Parts: sequence; C-alpha cells; structure tokens
Amino acid sequence: MITNSDRMDRITEALDEAADIKGRSLWADARRRFLRNKAATGAVVALLLVVLFVIIGPYFAVWSNEEIDWNVMGMVAEKGAPSIESGHFFGVDELGRDLYSRTIQATRTSLIVGVIGAIVAVTIGTIYGATAGFVGGWVDGLMMRFVDIMIAIPYMFIIILLMVMFERSFFMLFVGIGIISWLEMARIVRGQTLSLKNREFVEAAKACGVGWFTIILRHIIPNLLGLVVVFASLLVPLMILIESFISFLGLGVQEPQTSLGALISEGAGTILYGTIWQLFIPLFFFLVTIISLFFIGDGLRDALDPKDR
Amino acid sequence: MLNYILRRLLTAIPTLLVLVIICFLMMHAAPGGPFTSERPLPPEVLANIEAKYGLDKPLYAQLWDYLVGVVTRFDFGPSFIYKDRSVNDIIAQGFPVTLTYGTISFVLATIVGVAMGVFAALRHNTWVDYLAVGATFSAQALPNFVMAPILVIIFTWQLGWLPGGGWNGGQWQYVVMPVIALSTSYMASIARIQRTAMLEVLHSNFVRTARAKGLPSSTIIWRHAMKPALMPVVSYLGPSFVAMITGSVVIDLYFSTGGVGLHYVNAALNRDYAVMLGVTILYGALTILFNLVADIVYAWLDPKIRY
Repeated sequence: MITNSDRMDRITEALDEAADIKGRSLWADARRRFLRNKAATGAVVALLLVVLFVIIGPYFAVWSNEEIDWNVMGMVAEKGAPSIESGHFFGVDELGRDLYSRTIQATRTSLIVGVIGAIVAVTIGTIYGATAGFVGGWVDGLMMRFVDIMIAIPYMFIIILLMVMFERSFFMLFVGIGIISWLEMARIVRGQTLSLKNREFVEAAKACGVGWFTIILRHIIPNLLGLVVVFASLLVPLMILIESFISFLGLGVQEPQTSLGALISEGAGTILYGTIWQLFIPLFFFLVTIISLFFIGDGLRDALDPKDR
Repeated sequence: MLNYILRRLLTAIPTLLVLVIICFLMMHAAPGGPFTSERPLPPEVLANIEAKYGLDKPLYAQLWDYLVGVVTRFDFGPSFIYKDRSVNDIIAQGFPVTLTYGTISFVLATIVGVAMGVFAALRHNTWVDYLAVGATFSAQALPNFVMAPILVIIFTWQLGWLPGGGWNGGQWQYVVMPVIALSTSYMASIARIQRTAMLEVLHSNFVRTARAKGLPSSTIIWRHAMKPALMPVVSYLGPSFVAMITGSVVIDLYFSTGGVGLHYVNAALNRDYAVMLGVTILYGALTILFNLVADIVYAWLDPKIRY
C-alpha cells in the first residue's frame, strides 16, 4: 500500500508541475516563429522606420509641399539637387516644389491606400466567402459564379473607368479598389469554410439551435483568422502597387494630392534632364515599403501555416 | 473532354455579356456626356450630334444597337473625339504592336520562369537555389513602371545601346526593353511558384517509388515530376496574362510604342468613352478567352478533374 500511495504522490506532483507549464496558444507559437525569422523582423523594423518618417518627418520640413521655391525654378537641374543648406533635403521637383515634403505626402497616401484597401477586401471577402461556403447549395453556386465573372474582368480598366467617369478623388479610388480586391479573398475563405463547416464544434452549435449568421461570426470566422491575416498582409503591397500603377499613368489622385506612383512617373519623365534624384528618392521609399511588406507577409505565412510545423 | 470545353464556352459567353453591359451602363451613368463642354452647344446642334451618334434613343435601344454591332460586326462604333476615325481603326492600328511584344513577353516569362523554378528546385539549398530565390523575391517588387525608367537609365542614358522609345516597325532594338520591363516581375512570380511546386512533387511518394525502381533522374523529372509540378503554374497563367495586358498600358505609354495602351490613356484623359469601352471589351474578351484555354490545359494536366 505504501508504494502505491508513493506512486500516487509522484503522479500528483507531476500533475502539479504540468499545470505550471503554460500552454502555448497558436498565436504565441506563431509569434515565436515569426520573431525567429530574421528577414521578417528586419522588414518590420524597416516598415516602422518608414511609418515613423511619415509621422515625424513633417516637423523637420523647411518647405511645405505646395510652396514653389522661385530661386531654383527653371534651373532645377543645376540648383535643385538635394542639399541641407537650401532646406530641400531631397531636392526639388520639376516645378520647384520641395521633394522632401512631397515624398512624405506621397508615402502617406500609398500607405493609407494599402491599409484601407486591405481592410475593405478582408471585411467583404471574409463575410461573403464564409456565407457562401457555410450556406452552400444553390446560394453558394450563384455567389461563386458571380465572383468567377468578376475575376475574369481586367480590373485595372474598371478602376480607371470609374475614376475617369466620376471623379479622380481618394473616395473613388477606394471604391474602385474595394470593388475588385475582395474577390480572391472570398474564394479562399469559402474553400476554408467548406472544410470547417462539418467539424464537430459547428455541429454542436447547430444542435444548440444557434442561428447560421451567429455560427459564422462566432465559430467559423475566428478559425479563419490565421489565413485571413496572411492574405491581408499580402494584399497591402498589392493595393499599393495598383494605386501606384494608376497614378503612374496620370489617372490617379489629382494635384495637389500625390502618391508614390505619381512621383515615380514625374521622375521617370525627367531623367534625361539629369534630375535623377526625382526618380530615385520616391523609388527608394516605394521599394523599401513594398519589399518589407512582402517579407512580412511571407514571414506571417511561414509562422501561421500549419503545414510547416 | 469536348463536353467540358463546350460547358466552359457556355459560361464564357454570359461573362462577356455582363462585362459589356456593366461597362456600357457605367459609361452612361457618368455625369457629363462626351459633348458637354465649357461653352455649351446650341440645343439644336447638340440634338443633331446626339442623333448622329444615336444618343437620342432610349438607353436599352442604345445598348441593343451597341451589342448587335459588337457581336455581329466587331464594330465598336465611332470615336467621340477623333471625328475621322472609328474605335476599330484605333484598335487595328495599335493592337498588332501590343500583341507582338505582349506575346514575346508572355512566352519568355513562362519559359524562363519555369526553367528557373525547376533548376532551383533540383539544386535545393545550394547557392544556386539561394541566388534564384533572392533574385525572384526582389524582382517581384519591380513592377513594369519601375523597370521601364531603370532600363532607360541604364541602356539608353548610360550605355547608349538601345533607343529609349518608339517602335520602328518592330525592329529588335525597339522590342528589347518593352519585353524586359513587362516580363520581369511575372517571370519572378512564375519561378517562385514553379520552385515550390517542384519541391513538393520531388518529396512525394510516387517520386520516391520511381527512384526506388532505379529510374534515371532525367526520366523521373520529365515523365513523372514535370506534369504535376506544372499545374500551379498553369493556374497562375490566367492571372499573369491579365496583369500583362494591364501592364502593357504602361509600356505603351512610357516607350511610345504606338500600341493600344497609349490610345487608351489618351481616351481616358479626353473622356473619349467610346474608345475606353472598346479597349476594355477587347481586353476583357482576350482575358476570358485565355482563361478558357488555361482551364482546358489544366483539365488535361490534372487527372483528378473529370469532365
């Protein structure tokens, strides 16, 4: 008997110890893996620096983004180069406006477009896809056929059509990007929902008489979060690319608003005059932002993908 | 197989119709017609002009006329800005140029991308692989509108090897930069997808079985691994085709090739809705046609799809 209670003691001890060990949630696990990924953490730092520059940069600006420096106008190639003395840290643009302020403004535009575009895409796409996948049947068929049709349309032309026909404003840009960006998301979410909806916990919820929309919100969507986060992070650079593309064509937001695509376009148009900084400075911010967003998205996918464990 | 192709064709037709109708309605919902100007025309003159372009009829009649024109005669109607040219003239003038360098870019991106991906996968975790992964990763961040000015700086401005724009009947010097600028980022995407797919296939059971049987590795790669590893790339070809068509607008604009994109952007700036509509429908139809082909190729590659 003594040995037996001894064993019991040891078991209780072991159980107590086990209770002290903290369980690792999916997110804690993912965070650990993400932080171990040097490229991804480096990218986060780079992106934070860009954001910090956009926030703090304006306090150091000598010139505003709309002022024209009459001293250098007309002699941009000779006098407009980046310098500390003149207050044009990044030089001036074709019209003699300060490129430092313009770059801050443009980077801010691009970041906002990327984030808002991704939020719109995630919200509409997740709800649409989860509904289609969960309800199933002819509703699913109809909803997905609609997505198929929309995806087959060259979306860039639709955005341009919208912007030209109504107004070239931020609002229209968001509407245009919002209309097309959620489609891919909806497809992915639907696929995942299809595999989730036959799980036991959904069955249990159904047996308790929970409504289908509540099941989607409370049981399906939380389980989709990992996937959604990964795709959202890959959508942000995509949105920035789309916006820059439209602005490069001169069909994006109008002056005095500007974006990185518009600045790159301006710089690309004037390289033959020798004002090479007008191309390379916005290009630098564009590339740093896009590449770090790519790395972050990649890192998140590696961190959250259950296949890779 | 024939059944499957027919069924896909039948879904392609409504897609195309929806595209035409959406674009047409959007065009007419826009505030301000093509003949609204700062100095308003006398009402009689305006009525005459609208009658000439059929704008006085009810909307559904205009839509019907347009649809009949497009479907039966490939006729996109007259341009609203250029009085002497129809939309068809503009497309006929620019499309061959865009099609030429677009096709070259697409074929180049696919072949080089697939080759790079397979090569990197076969030398997994060697410096060749790392180099390929690094190169493709950074190239993805170089879209056509970034590549184009960089190429001009290097090859026109610094080295003076290639002309910075123009077309000149498609002489090779004029084609090189548009092709490189358009294809680079998609080549990179294709290479990445191909590498991942190939790695997955190379680690799968049937390849291990083939190795255990003692088959030479060239047979394994060509007879066993290549077909399944190509499937993700094939399903990516549709989206990359769309992206390239869209990208060609930048190329046409930046290199002044005289392609359709240039007319498209001019039309957008001048509110020439007829040209915009025509180009959008043309590119939309091409996209749908191409997706159809890609789907059929995919069905042929994938043994799991039953038709």
